Amino acid sequence: MHWISALLALAFLLSASAPSIDDKRITIYSTAANYSLSVVGREGHDYVGLLEILEPLGSVSARVDGGRWKLRYESVEGEFIPGKAQARIRGKELDLSGNFLLESGRGLVPLAALTTLLPRFLGGPVTFHDTARRMFIGSIATQFTSELSKTTPPKLVFNFSSPVNPTISTEPGKLHMVFSREPLLTSGTQTINFSDKTIPSATYQENNGAAEIAVAGTLPLMASFSNNGRTITITAAGAIPTQQPVVQTAQAPTAPQATQPQASPAPVAGAAPPTAPPVAATPVPVHRLLAVVDASHGGDERGAALTDQLPEKDVTLAIARKLRQELENRGITVVMLRDSDATMGLDQRAALANVATPAIYICVHASSQGNGVRLYTAALPSRIENHTPFLPWDAAQAASLAGSQAVASSVAVALRQKQVPARTLEAPLRPLNNIAAPAFAVELAPPGKDTLELASPAYEQLVAGAVANGVAQLRDLLDVKR
Amino acid sequence: MIPRPLIFGVVFMLLVVLGIGIYMLRMRSRVIAMPLTAVDSRPVAPPAVGATEEVTLYVADDAAGMLRPQSVRIPLPSGRQQRAEELLRALVNLYLGKPTSHALPPGAEVRSVYLLEPGTAVIDTNGAFADGHRSGILVEELTVASLIESLASNLGGINRVKILVEGKQRDTLAGHADLSDFYDVSAVAHMTEQMQAGQ
Repeated sequence: MHWISALLALAFLLSASAPSIDDKRITIYSTAANYSLSVVGREGHDYVGLLEILEPLGSVSARVDGGRWKLRYESVEGEFIPGKAQARIRGKELDLSGNFLLESGRGLVPLAALTTLLPRFLGGPVTFHDTARRMFIGSIATQFTSELSKTTPPKLVFNFSSPVNPTISTEPGKLHMVFSREPLLTSGTQTINFSDKTIPSATYQENNGAAEIAVAGTLPLMASFSNNGRTITITAAGAIPTQQPVVQTAQAPTAPQATQPQASPAPVAGAAPPTAPPVAATPVPVHRLLAVVDASHGGDERGAALTDQLPEKDVTLAIARKLRQELENRGITVVMLRDSDATMGLDQRAALANVATPAIYICVHASSQGNGVRLYTAALPSRIENHTPFLPWDAAQAASLAGSQAVASSVAVALRQKQVPARTLEAPLRPLNNIAAPAFAVELAPPGKDTLELASPAYEQLVAGAVANGVAQLRDLLDVKR
Repeated sequence: MIPRPLIFGVVFMLLVVLGIGIYMLRMRSRVIAMPLTAVDSRPVAPPAVGATEEVTLYVADDAAGMLRPQSVRIPLPSGRQQRAEELLRALVNLYLGKPTSHALPPGAEVRSVYLLEPGTAVIDTNGAFADGHRSGILVEELTVASLIESLASNLGGINRVKILVEGKQRDTLAGHADLSDFYDVSAVAHMTEQMQAGQ
């Protein structure tokens, strides 16, 4: 019974670390990265970690010095005093409209202060939709237009200014498209009326760090992607059985090499006709590939000292966050094992990853030695004898090793296409041996002689994008292996 | 009345004791003032006398990220266990010298090699070997592969190898290379082949 208890505990840990529907979130859109962070309630206000906001945007570090929390972003210095509503940025006082909080070394600022705080650090304007908690840094927006063709059946075509990949779900009479990562904006009407019986209207709204387009329909509706993810066509799906929700991946691959047919219809659960019995208005989950991204080291375990000021654990977390973004841009759901400076054991990482039953496990490392990127799969004995129905812990990877090597090779090709030198190797690296799914480790080395380039957001983004491309290339293989 | 010769004798003895005491105090202060000789914790070199033999060491090359087979002549004792120890000490000495293709920390040492039946070898390194080792997947993998390949290729019949630090098991060498389990020699050979292929 002990193992059942252990599994339940692990499942609880995993569910606790995954964002729940009730989580308050803020989404930040910028040219460097689009990302989402948890918002916490303190002293009756919404707070967010300032370091986490700035980390994907550039080089940032923080330290506690004499009771003050000092943050450095690029060349800009900021100073915060716990319990005080004033801060000093670039030598000038600033009102935070709420007390600055320091929790376990993590500096929290009120959401309301971001519009005045971030321009001081970033040196440019930010736009904050406070009710929806969506922040736009610089001139970044994805615009869209909609047009209804009154054919039989009618077609509602959405054209977007850049590729999109919304989560699609339905409830009776509506099809929802939720854009979590895209800086979707509209300057027009919030509700568009089409004067059509089948698709009478579509509504745009923003909520909890996401934008949503809800299309009303009197018949079951389905969505299909085309134009490299820039066009979504909504049509009535009379042939789709309404009593059996169809769960499919709604992929809008942005990677040019994506193997998913881009123009093929991706039908989703049709809206129930008016005569159908009432069903719960719970969104039907859209099936997506799951990747576990593991930022190695963390907390007390600092990893390699890349420079005197740059521990490996910080670089791996920054890369892992960018990799999450890039994978999610390609329609792959990501669970991060570590999204803060937490200490985690190797067995704990493997157990959490295995409980999640991912399609792929990616472990991120960084090194000052050599150049480019090295990709590692597990080094296992050629013969592993197992006469039990259970996978041996130390060789759980054996059954998935061929898949791991295939993905690592695909990622190496994608990296070389981006002019990043890449090698594939085997390594005695835990917890790769313990993962019961395709798994590989990425070890990022600097592009040139300067180790500090490891912390360059541009380089990290380039590598993260290429790794995500390589994984997305083998989407079909990974899906089958699940 | 105390006889005069006795008085002279006692005085003479007291003078001798005083003189010895002063001499000892001066010697003590001189020893304290003497600079301490630095303790050289590097491993002792293999015996310089005796018959030398040609062996192939698999020497890690950080720049190329691979192992390079290198033939060297070193004096080797006749006992299998002693041969294993001298072989690995010769390898470690290559890494401690300058210039080197794969630096190990000063004081790094292979303390002992235990050969157990059937086909199992246990390499016991000292604390300096692991504590001061550079951290990184490749650099740690090169060290591990170099030790195992050099040992297995020169002493036949070894199928698996365990690496200890100060006689105890560690999770990793320096945060990456797994030391918690036995290494399968065939898996390490495959790992090495892949490195040599330079993929």
